[in-house]
Amino acid sequence: MAEPFVSTPVITDAAESPLAGHYEQGEFGNLDRGARVTLTERFALAICDVCAWPGSETKAANAIKRASGASVTKTKDAIAEDAQAFQHAPGRWSVVAQNPALPEALAKAVGENGTVVDLSHGRTVLRIDGRQSRRALSKLFPIDFRSDAFPLEKGLATRHHEIFAQIQRVGEDAFDIIVFRSYARAFWHALRKASEEVGYAVA
Amino acid sequence: MIIPCPFCGPRDLSEFAYCGDADNLAARPDPAASDQSSWNAFVYDRTNPAGDHAEIWQHAGGCRRHLRIVRNTVTHAISDVTMPGAKA
Repeated sequence: MAEPFVSTPVITDAAESPLAGHYEQGEFGNLDRGARVTLTERFALAICDVCAWPGSETKAANAIKRASGASVTKTKDAIAEDAQAFQHAPGRWSVVAQNPALPEALAKAVGENGTVVDLSHGRTVLRIDGRQSRRALSKLFPIDFRSDAFPLEKGLATRHHEIFAQIQRVGEDAFDIIVFRSYARAFWHALRKASEEVGYAVA
Repeated sequence: MIIPCPFCGPRDLSEFAYCGDADNLAARPDPAASDQSSWNAFVYDRTNPAGDHAEIWQHAGGCRRHLRIVRNTVTHAISDVTMPGAKA
């Protein structure tokens, strides 16, 4: 087996956010009833895509569980304390973790059952939380965000016009949105615009 | 129009890309051939039914899988969706 390609972990002290210069903390928009959503960039995470070979889906899911702690199965997405994973296409998972050693651990755990691509440098994770988060997100994505249609831990792939996005529900009203790093700044402005109506805080 | 993706569930048309007539695929001439009349027939001669039509769509803005869909061209009602190549 060829050595898996694992890129250099994000060096938190040196790395620059794609939102640098556009990430202004404070409260904005219609604040008549306060900031009803909070927007955050979750910076310097390890982000991987795991693709199982046909027939190896269960083994790949178990490998993700071993390597990240997020106990996914073939049919269930998962969130652990410092990692999260969801299946965005048949046999394909996105795995996000705080541990910079995630790509290496995943590559080892998945082994011959699939492929692991380290996307840490290529994706940006944004979080929207707050009671009006669904209202803001519904302006951007053609997705049913209601609790019963979008249960906790579930993740999916969609797009905002031509910007591909993966969304996982990480809390009662909290959603993580993973977008291409090169589109992150444009999407950040779209997200802020969509949140103006309900008032938003940038944490 | 809402397309019920077998993996993602019901999703908006804007996430999908149309990839052509599903029943016409076998009629494609040899890609190396340059016979104009057979390519013309493949590209332009359509039955254009008012009713059920089998077609290939890609869920390009979602799971990225190709789907075989039977869509009624009059009502847009979708009566069948399968994922070619997926294991039963």
